[in-house]
Amino acid sequence: MKFRFWGVRGSIPAPGPRTVRYGGNTTCIEVRSDDNTLIVLDGGTGVFQLAQSLLSQLPVTAHIFITHSHWDHIHGLPFFIPLFIPGNKVRLYGSMDPVSGHGVEQVMAVQLQYSYFPVREAEMKAAIDYEILTIDEPVQVGDATVTNTLLNHPVLDFGYRIECNGKSLFFTGDHEPYFNIYDPEDAGWAEYQGLIEEKQLAVDEAMRGVDALIVDTSYSLAEYQSKKGWGHGHYDGAIDMALRVGAKTLYCTHHEPTRSDDALEALFAEVMARNAPRLGDLKVVLAYEGLEVTL
Amino acid sequence: MGQISPELEKRLSLAVEKMPAFPKSVQRILELTRDINCLPKDVVGVIEKDPVITIKILKIINSAYYRLPNKITSINQSVVYLGINTIKNLALNFSTIGILPSQNPAGFDIHDYLMHSLATATIARQVGLQYADGEADPNDCYIAGLLHDFGKVVFAQYMPEEFREALDQSAFENMPLHQAEEIAIGADHTLVGAMLARRWQFPETLIECISEHHSGSFCSPLAECLYVADQITDRLGYDSHGNLAAEMEPPALPARFGGDLDTVMAALGDLDKMVEEAKSFSQMGAS
Repeated sequence: MKFRFWGVRGSIPAPGPRTVRYGGNTTCIEVRSDDNTLIVLDGGTGVFQLAQSLLSQLPVTAHIFITHSHWDHIHGLPFFIPLFIPGNKVRLYGSMDPVSGHGVEQVMAVQLQYSYFPVREAEMKAAIDYEILTIDEPVQVGDATVTNTLLNHPVLDFGYRIECNGKSLFFTGDHEPYFNIYDPEDAGWAEYQGLIEEKQLAVDEAMRGVDALIVDTSYSLAEYQSKKGWGHGHYDGAIDMALRVGAKTLYCTHHEPTRSDDALEALFAEVMARNAPRLGDLKVVLAYEGLEVTL
Repeated sequence: MGQISPELEKRLSLAVEKMPAFPKSVQRILELTRDINCLPKDVVGVIEKDPVITIKILKIINSAYYRLPNKITSINQSVVYLGINTIKNLALNFSTIGILPSQNPAGFDIHDYLMHSLATATIARQVGLQYADGEADPNDCYIAGLLHDFGKVVFAQYMPEEFREALDQSAFENMPLHQAEEIAIGADHTLVGAMLARRWQFPETLIECISEHHSGSFCSPLAECLYVADQITDRLGYDSHGNLAAEMEPPALPARFGGDLDTVMAALGDLDKMVEEAKSFSQMGAS
C-alpha cells in the first residue's frame, strides 16, 4: 500500500511564494492499495492535481472517503475531472449529518447548485454514487478495508483506518483532543472526565499500531490555548496520540494557512527538539504536497 | 392498562417532532449562541433542563445510525460523541420551532409541569447518589425525573379536549390523574411516555420506569428512586396536576430507603436549595 499527499493545508488554500515548499492546497490524500485500488481521502483543492494525474489512467474507479463536510475537505470535488468523463466510476463515502438530516450526497448537492457551479450533477458523465457509512463498520474496497471512527470536530468527522495485507494507515481528518468542558471545581467535571477517557480509549483502539498515523496538527501548543473548541489538534497532542497507540510514523498535516514554509519548519524544529527525549522509535514527518510513502 | 393504536402512536410521535421547547431555554439558547465563544457547559446546562430538547437529542443519539454500545441518557455523553457544536446547532434548530405557550386549550399549566419535572429530576439524582449508589446511575435518575411525565405535555398539546376532561374529572372526583386519563383518552401519560421512549430506542430501564411510575411496582433501583423523588416533589408542593389527588394507598418504600418519606427527606439535606434552580428556570419568559 502507498499514499501521497496532494493537499496539506487547513481551512483555506494558501498559494504563494511563502508556501511553495509545503504547498497551498487543502486536504487530499491518494491511497493505492496493493491491487492498485484508488482510495481518496477528502476532496480539498488538492484533488484537482490528483485528477490531472489520473487522466492518463482512464477509465478510473475512485473511492472517495470524506472525513467531514467543511469546505476545505470538499471544495475541490466539483473539479475532480473524472466526474465529467464517461466510463469513470466515483463513489463518495461519508457520514450522515444529524443537524441537516442529510447524508454524504449533500457535499455534492450543495456545491453543484446553479448559483455556484455551471454543471449540474445530472450532467456529469461518470457513474456517481454515495454510501452513508455506518459508524465503526468496515467497508471492503478492492483488497483494502476501510473502517471509520467518530472523532471530535464542530461537525461530524470520521477518522479512517485503511488496512491492506498487514499494512495500515489512519487519517484523522480534523480532530481536536478531547477536553473537559467543565472546570475542575464544577460538579460535572469528574463525570465528564470519565466519559472522555472512555471515548479516548475507543479512539486509541481504532488507531492502534498503525504504520502511518496522519494527524491534524493545525496549531502549536501555545496557539491552541486560545483556539480550544475550534476542533483542531496541535503537535504535542499528536505526538501524545502516536505514542499512546504505538504508531510507527506520525505525519503532521492540515498546516495553518497563514504559516509560511519557514515558520512551519521553525515550529516543527522546536516541537521536535522539545519532544526528542520521549519519541523512542516514533518517526515524525511534516507532510508536504507531493510526499509519497510506500508502506 | 389501555393500548395505543398504531395510528395514534404515529400521530403522537410525529407531534413531538413539531413540539416547541420551553420559553426560558429557547431564550437562553438564542442568547448564548449569539456569542461564538459561549461556554459548552452553559449550553449543556440549558439543554438538560428542557424535556423537549433533551428528548429530541437523545432520540438522535440513540438512533440506530450511531450504533452506540450503550444507550445514552445524558446530554454530556451526547456532547462527547457528537461534539458541542453539533449539539448546539441541534438545540438551536429545535429552539426555532417556537416556544410552548403557557396557556393551552387543555388548561394544563406548562410552568407547573416544568417545575415538577425539573425538581423531580434534581431530587432523583440526589436520591440515586445517596440510596442506590452503583445500582442506579445518577444521570439516569435525573433523566427519568425530567421525562417521567412527558406524556402529559403531549396530551396537553395534541389532545387538549380529552386531556381537559381528564384534568377536570381528576379535580372534581379526587381521582389520580392517570386513572382519569385512562377514562377520557383510553391511555394514560405513563403509557404514552413509555411508548415514545421505546419508539426512540431509549434504554429499557428508562422506558420501564416511565411506564411504571404510578403502578406502585418497583421494577428497578432506578424506578424506586424516581418514585421517591416524585413523591417528595409533590410533598414539597410542586405537584404536576392531579398527582396530589393521591395514589390511594401509597406503598411502603423499598427497604433501601430505611424508613418512610419523611426519613428520606430529612436525610437528603437542603431540598429547598435543590428546587431553587428548577424554580428560576421554569419561570415563563423571565430573564
